[in-house]
Amino acid sequence: MTLLRPYSPDGAVVRLRSRYVADAFVLVAVAVLFWLLLRLAHGIGAPFNRVSAPSTVSTDPTNLPYYAARSLLRMFVALAVSSAFSLAYATAAARLRRAEKVLLPVLDVLQSVPVLGFLAVTLSLWLTLFPHTMLGVEAASVFAIFTSQAWNMTFAFYHSLITQPRELDEAARMLRMTKWQRFWKLDVPSGMIPLVWNGMMSFGGGWFFLIASEVISVNRHTYALPGIGSYVAAASQQRELGRMGLAIAVMVVMVIAVNVVFWRPLVAWAERFRVEQSAAADVPHSVVLNVLRRSSVPALVGRAVRPVGGSLDRLARPFGLAEYPLRIEARRRRAADVGFAAVVATLLAWGVVRMLIYIDRGTGLGEFGHAFALGLATFGRVVVLLVVSSLVWAPIGVWIGMNPRVSRYAQPVVQVLASFPANFLFPLFTLLLVHTGVSINLGGIVLMSLGAQWYVLFNVIAGASAIPTDLREAGANLRLRGLLRWRRLVLPAIFPAWVTGAITAAGGAWNASIVAEVVSYGHHTLVATGLGAYIAQSTTSGNFPRTLVGVAVMSVYVVGLNRLFWRRLYRLAEKRYSLQQG
Amino acid sequence: MTNASAALRERTAIVEVDNVSKSFDGADGRPLTVLDSVSLTLQEGEIVALLGKSGSGKSTLLRTVAGLIAPSRGEVRYRGQPLNGANPGVSMVFQTFALMPWLTVQANVELGLQARGVPEAERRRRALEAIDIIGLDGFETAYPKELSGGMRQRVGFARALVVQPDALLMDEPFSALDVLTAENLRNELMALWSRPDFPTKAICIVTHNIEEAVLLADRIVVLGANPGHVKAEVPVHLPRPRDRRSPTFDALVDQLYAVLTGREETAAPKTSGPLTHPLPDATVGGLAGLVEIVYAHNGQTDLPDLAEELSFEVDDLLPLVDAATMLGLLEVEGAQAFLTDAGRQWYTADIQTSKEIFARLAVDKAPLVRTIVKALENSEDGTLRDDFFRDLLRRGYTPDHTEKQLDIAIDWGRYGELFDYDADTGELVLSEIAAALSRDLAPPQ
Repeated sequence: MTLLRPYSPDGAVVRLRSRYVADAFVLVAVAVLFWLLLRLAHGIGAPFNRVSAPSTVSTDPTNLPYYAARSLLRMFVALAVSSAFSLAYATAAARLRRAEKVLLPVLDVLQSVPVLGFLAVTLSLWLTLFPHTMLGVEAASVFAIFTSQAWNMTFAFYHSLITQPRELDEAARMLRMTKWQRFWKLDVPSGMIPLVWNGMMSFGGGWFFLIASEVISVNRHTYALPGIGSYVAAASQQRELGRMGLAIAVMVVMVIAVNVVFWRPLVAWAERFRVEQSAAADVPHSVVLNVLRRSSVPALVGRAVRPVGGSLDRLARPFGLAEYPLRIEARRRRAADVGFAAVVATLLAWGVVRMLIYIDRGTGLGEFGHAFALGLATFGRVVVLLVVSSLVWAPIGVWIGMNPRVSRYAQPVVQVLASFPANFLFPLFTLLLVHTGVSINLGGIVLMSLGAQWYVLFNVIAGASAIPTDLREAGANLRLRGLLRWRRLVLPAIFPAWVTGAITAAGGAWNASIVAEVVSYGHHTLVATGLGAYIAQSTTSGNFPRTLVGVAVMSVYVVGLNRLFWRRLYRLAEKRYSLQQG
Repeated sequence: MTNASAALRERTAIVEVDNVSKSFDGADGRPLTVLDSVSLTLQEGEIVALLGKSGSGKSTLLRTVAGLIAPSRGEVRYRGQPLNGANPGVSMVFQTFALMPWLTVQANVELGLQARGVPEAERRRRALEAIDIIGLDGFETAYPKELSGGMRQRVGFARALVVQPDALLMDEPFSALDVLTAENLRNELMALWSRPDFPTKAICIVTHNIEEAVLLADRIVVLGANPGHVKAEVPVHLPRPRDRRSPTFDALVDQLYAVLTGREETAAPKTSGPLTHPLPDATVGGLAGLVEIVYAHNGQTDLPDLAEELSFEVDDLLPLVDAATMLGLLEVEGAQAFLTDAGRQWYTADIQTSKEIFARLAVDKAPLVRTIVKALENSEDGTLRDDFFRDLLRRGYTPDHTEKQLDIAIDWGRYGELFDYDADTGELVLSEIAAALSRDLAPPQ
């Protein structure tokens, strides 16, 4: 009889109290956010003069929080622009048949062009667009970060659009949804998980380019934006090791904080868009998301905003149904296809010819040969980097991945390591190289690997933890040990993950070469022989044709290696070594 | 033809399928026909079932009716208007429910109304009403992940019916559910159909379950495969509610089994080759099990009874029966299967002899296996790459079907020790050579 606890109205009051607490948290956080944005926006509109613009920032530690906030704002603006771009571009590529044939190869090439090359080429454009405020330089920095994030997210969203489950697509057409409705009710939700995951990874990689783009040397001018990267650059120039250490600490705190306050809640929230019928075994948790869910502020905001959604829905109705006509005039379609292809081909040819003429007039077409030769040196460094990091990190990654207890602690650490911008540490390493007298040609490999090797570790951990337990048990049962176990069980199982990690690491290494082959600390400047140094030096000296040659040659290297080597390896990994049955 | 069908034709046609053919482009550009000159009319007040084995194009046919697929030739009309997109007057219920996992039950049901621009208050009222009718009252704020299969399909029904379509199309709606839930939903569907205020005027259901077709339909259209065509149209005049145990029901089921397993009326081609006679999807293990069961029934069994005993549906049982018939292990007449002498020998022999028997039968009667063995015998060293046969098969089948055919042939060939297959190199090796090789490599005794 006394097994049932009597109903206590206190329970209701306790729940209300926790709801008020959550509400208070959310409201305070939103207020702080708005105040921060207002203060930062004020700084962005400051006047700007091309000649007398500051080329360094003060290294006063009290400026550090403000600089960190400015850097963070740039990252988030770039993320917003990348998201909008990827939604628009991927939808266009997936839905417009003719546009797809152009948009996808363009995206592929854009992904291989080194990001910092983009920056060098477009800075003057931004400065002319916004002549009298700092907005021009800000825009250039945001653009650099954007180019490091957007392509990945676009590919991920495009992939999710073309692999939508067929019956959801058919259901949407049978229900006669309009294009707008289908986009928001089917396309975006089904692509949300890839978008969020890729956004998170690209965001981590974006720190690197933020740091590299806050001090821009173009055309013999140096522009410095207020930000944590320029702080470190100024500190290294003035050889203030203590302040550099402080900045590194602030950077680590910022990376972790963004992870906890933004990405983890977003990833946990995105779980509701999983299309598989049963929930994933390892559901991500987030304290911030729990607080948000307990508070009633989001629901109130949602209710206030709903009429806007309704009117947008009505406004978008004239765009028509999300349908493709069944009957198409085959001949007219083919004629239009031919016309379209002809126009694109002519434009492409004209562009290439103009570019070649420009280069010829600038430095002569012989530069291409020189650049290719330098590219071999950088290529050599990338190869050594990949081999050494695989040999070192693969065993460690396997050990971490196959030990669930260790991986629970190690995974977040590796994530932070992977997003921590390696170029923060470049001045320290330069100091080390200067002291020990090691040539930058070898030291450059270490610098490049500081950012790139974590991708190998990260992916090998993920691959090792995904080895099915029954395979491991079978191996234990058959008493597989040592080298045999590695050859027959571990290496084949982690091969696909290793390939993914290696591809990403190689791409990161090529990009890093532009900032790693020319490094400076104080008065010392070390220059390596390689394509990255070529590009960096021609950008600083304002030799635009040379920059163009260098960027083009590096793109050719990356695209070529991708097609000839990495894609084949990936296909082999998928066919023979994939762990999915059937 | 008769007065009955003339009277039928006087009723208004909702959807007319007029001589529709559908072909896809094969790997080498030659078209592969999935549907061949199929005509069908969906009239007011009737339930039509499309019945057929897998590969008979019944899902493709349903999708041309729905306006999701464009026919290569012929036309589909909705109330006289040719379709150029999704059919505006029909709703569809899917085999895998096709619910948006990120929307609640109520939001899912409201989707169709929202698409039509119905204002919010009325939308909510109609959705709640539909959810109530379908029996999900109380689950409006649940997400599909929290629901069982039967409940998810109810949401699918509610979503389809809330827009009050002219015709309801169903693509194997109960095949993903367990037997009891499926039975429950079928009865509820029939209860809805018999209500006078039910707005939907016709239902077209695709099924591979013969009993389901007889339970639900007024008219059963049996489709044959290779290429898809109408094999027979069987009217069902049983009064509703229909009793499974009535003798007329049984007779109809038997008749349909006979139609499904029956030979084609058209003249068969003189030579049977791998492209004209595909291997049915059956493993050697499955064949052995089937032969064992028929043997246990004294060499003769009734196919519908067998299906019921094993809880098999048409798609599970008929490929086995077809394979056994092709290899000469069973003989089928009407709805009865008889064990042949060869089948009896195969079952009663020991492992080695049974393999030899199977090998002989496969080479004699299975066209693709015969082709492979002959090609290997004629080759220089008794080995050939699988791509050789893949190219041959691609001339007549889709890539998926090609892979399936190869897999079946390799399974049969391996069991009969006719040839060996090395997955790494993709090579088929004639078995005597394989045996000789292993003899050469073994250490001398």
